[in-house]
Amino acid sequence: MTAATANDVPLSWYEASARQRIDALVDAGSFCEFIGPELREISPHLAIFNLPEQFDDGIVIGRGRLDGAPVLVAAQEGRFMGGAFGEVHGAKLTGLLRAARALKQDVVILFDTGGVRLQEANAGELAIAEIMRAVIEARHSGINVVGLIGGRAGCYGGGSLIAGTCSRLIISEQGRLSVSGPEVIETNKGIEEFDSRDRALVWRTMGGKHRYLIGGADIFVDDQALAFREAAIATLAIRSRFDPNVLQAEQKRLERRLHRFGDVEDAIEIWEVLGIDQPTGIPALPTGAFLRAANKRENADDAR
Amino acid sequence: MEKLSFRLTAPNRAGGTRAQTIVGVVASGNLEVLLERSLPAGTCTIDIATAAHGFGAVWDAVVRDFVARRAAGGLRISINDGGARPDTVALRLAQGVRKIEEPER
Repeated sequence: MTAATANDVPLSWYEASARQRIDALVDAGSFCEFIGPELREISPHLAIFNLPEQFDDGIVIGRGRLDGAPVLVAAQEGRFMGGAFGEVHGAKLTGLLRAARALKQDVVILFDTGGVRLQEANAGELAIAEIMRAVIEARHSGINVVGLIGGRAGCYGGGSLIAGTCSRLIISEQGRLSVSGPEVIETNKGIEEFDSRDRALVWRTMGGKHRYLIGGADIFVDDQALAFREAAIATLAIRSRFDPNVLQAEQKRLERRLHRFGDVEDAIEIWEVLGIDQPTGIPALPTGAFLRAANKRENADDAR
Repeated sequence: MEKLSFRLTAPNRAGGTRAQTIVGVVASGNLEVLLERSLPAGTCTIDIATAAHGFGAVWDAVVRDFVARRAAGGLRISINDGGARPDTVALRLAQGVRKIEEPER
């Protein structure tokens, strides 16, 4: 039983702040922040644009314990500039991942991001590349890097690329995972391609249920902090492999996915091809019924 | 950004023993408040960076009311404001002094 040391107060992951999520995720009282807000390590770019700064630059990093085991944690604050990556924000996550490799400790990343911060785009893009490299290097040395997705801002742009390099992803129905966001697709390809105001379309294209069904995420949980905590503990107990065979298996899986679903127009058709009974009912299913209905899903177990 | 600074005499010393705490986030209509216990017990400083210009008199009223009514003595308070309304500011300040009173776990 892990609840003995958990902060077992009901908390919506979607509604919570970065700091609330960390408090609810790790063992009660175990979190110790690195480069906290009192050090005022703020973005060097935002002042140029006369924009408000945040003392932690929108990301909280540190160490804690998960069911007694030491773990490094990073949590993005999706309400500050959409959780976007800037220079300092990115450097904090890069540093944490490099520390993970040196300390031989697993990492949990609480994604909540729209991608790169446009006001410091070059620094942000470089940060994404550095973070992806750091994730791969950590995984290569046997570290698990687990991503948690269920925040307001979703996990978009560069954040989704980083998520793609993680050992495993845990997602809630509210979590959205996609390279391009709804507005970006509509702006570039037109409203006929993607109507960003069609919420049902957004959720069934980028939402947690669809990502879980096509193997884009590995574990599906309720929008509850305790559910994320228990899934993270279970996930970190699995030693994931990382070698050329794993990458080749993932490449094959993605080729097969393109072959299977490449011609269909909508997520519901994909669920139909998967062989799911009553695919139109998927969005309305509660978690338990959804997980039963999802037994024919694609998965990336071989690849990750 | 407009920067405002206040140094006020605080009648009530901040409770608890925590060295620091932070509440809120910087977003539209919201603000973050960082509280650090680093001043003499009878003093409170409040440094504000705000996106909304020209509201110095409102800030003055809000922070004076806060220091008079809450236990803010000894606190160095730093605010990053995304254009929060005075009631939101007062709420965050109250949350901050309450949180720094909480025992360390």
